[in-house]
Amino acid sequence: MRLLQILLLRLAMMAITLFGAAVIVFVVIRVVPGNPIAMMLPPGATDEDIARLTAHYGLDKSIPEQFVVWLTGVLKGDFGTSISLRQPVMPLVLGRLPATLELSIFALVLAVIIGGAMALTGTRFRGGRTEAVIDVANGAGLSIPDFLWALVLILTLGVLYPVFHISGRISPSLELPFTTQFYVFESLLRLRFDLWWDLLKHMFMPALALAIPLAAIIGQLLKQSLKETMHLDYVVLARTKGYGENHVILFEALRNAVLPTLTLIGVQFTFLIGGTVIIERLFSYEGLGNMAIDAVINRDLPLIQGIVLVFALLFTVVNLVVDLTYALLNPRLRNA
Amino acid sequence: MRDARGTVRRKAGLKLWLSGGWLALIALLTLAAGWVSPHDPLAQDLFAGRLPPFWVDGAEPGYLLGTDSLGRDVLSRIIYGGRVALGVALIAGVSTAIVGSVLGLIAGYYRGWADAVISRLVDIWMAFPPVLFAILLIAVLGTGLWSIIIAIIVIDWTRFCRVVRAETMNQSQMDYVSSAVVAGHVRTAILWREIGPNVLPTIVALLTLEMGIAVIVEAILSFVNLSISTDAPTWGGMIAEGRISIHQAWWVLVCPLIVLFLTVLAFSQFGEGLKDRFDPVLR
Repeated sequence: MRLLQILLLRLAMMAITLFGAAVIVFVVIRVVPGNPIAMMLPPGATDEDIARLTAHYGLDKSIPEQFVVWLTGVLKGDFGTSISLRQPVMPLVLGRLPATLELSIFALVLAVIIGGAMALTGTRFRGGRTEAVIDVANGAGLSIPDFLWALVLILTLGVLYPVFHISGRISPSLELPFTTQFYVFESLLRLRFDLWWDLLKHMFMPALALAIPLAAIIGQLLKQSLKETMHLDYVVLARTKGYGENHVILFEALRNAVLPTLTLIGVQFTFLIGGTVIIERLFSYEGLGNMAIDAVINRDLPLIQGIVLVFALLFTVVNLVVDLTYALLNPRLRNA
Repeated sequence: MRDARGTVRRKAGLKLWLSGGWLALIALLTLAAGWVSPHDPLAQDLFAGRLPPFWVDGAEPGYLLGTDSLGRDVLSRIIYGGRVALGVALIAGVSTAIVGSVLGLIAGYYRGWADAVISRLVDIWMAFPPVLFAILLIAVLGTGLWSIIIAIIVIDWTRFCRVVRAETMNQSQMDYVSSAVVAGHVRTAILWREIGPNVLPTIVALLTLEMGIAVIVEAILSFVNLSISTDAPTWGGMIAEGRISIHQAWWVLVCPLIVLFLTVLAFSQFGEGLKDRFDPVLR
């Protein structure tokens, strides 16, 4: 009952947030100095052409009317036509979204593994030299942004010891049997492990660069909550029962210590997705972020608004998923 | 307790000296760029293209850090690129600090409807992801240094506003504020003359962190070619060129990268060090 309430409330909030994002995008795009029609027309267009196109896009109507027309279009999935690529925006954006999703999720998995391992090791050997080393590593991970980590990775694992690929999503020489854009997922389903391995070798460095700052945050917060939990009565009780330190940390303390980290991962995951914009560019990875930068360079406003709205939708969905997971895991909410 | 405090203090001191020293060095070099840079950063010499730095065989003595594919001196370009980086950091950082802190001071001291409006604004602002904000702003404002600076101010003022508001609220509870009220000072005067100076250390620490952010934002935007025109030297632009010729001339990427790395790290460590030093618990 309580869960349903939370779900409905969150869905309502999500709708409001998205509406807000739509308003902001609309306002910002309309404030643009310069006539959007002028950018769409070839040189030598007549006044008649201009008038016809203006009427076609509804730009001769009042601003609120324009907003209604625009919003109905957006809700139907009509984001207009890209000026630089001369194709409808929606399929363009949807074609690139899977690549970005796969990269972000892979990065999240890496961050959880690295951060979790650091927190657990730090808690197991707390107070010693191991913990000090982990603290320094966390500090470095936090104060250096993903852009610089990516460049360091390119130099070390891409050029000095070329273990991984530094550009693209998959080797261009390979023949692709894929019908969807979820290459990693589909290659597994088709049992094409050669393709899967090639994809991972391309994805590993951008994903790791995105993962390092998040891993540092997870490592720091989870270690802190674990150490606090270790003093609680029930953990002490487990220890007096004769369980070893590893068992106590993994099976008693972790369950309770993980909740604050989980909330944080949600917020930070949206930052990670934001980071894909620049990281994809750096690794010539053909995702949504790379497309966003081209769109900004070309001042392709229809494409930009499509990308921004899809990112906004992605962020709100991530927040929704985190809230629901939290509600499911938190015993106080689950049993109420 | 005293011992622990001493260690933290000494550590913070070393952090401050190292990072402050590096920042001072970069600032001096960029200010005196006209005298200290060995070459014109824009001068091309196709016969002297891709010369390696001094510790590698085949280096030319005149080019300490080597040259890029067009024969431009890497060291000179780093020095002139520093002007852009530090210039953006200073202007964007200070402007962001002023906008955010003034709003934070007002919200934290007057409370009431001013606080309600400003705090709501901060909440709404922070709900919008910075990257999307940046994409939209740069798309609308066009490329160039001023767009970057405006984008940083518009996106990041909330960082200052939140912290300064909280700190102002703390300070307002203190005895010296009550005495000023009893002494009959005007509220506005108390805010700017009494509370302002006490909140300043917090603002300065935040400002240092913000300047580090501004340096990296400028580098990223010039890397993707959304900053000033391509021939003007910027660290991000050099890294972009170095990324292309990474297999032929790694130093074009490595040299500006190291400088950028150290500068960003220095700003963040300097900010952290200042925070430690000004932290009333440790002081």
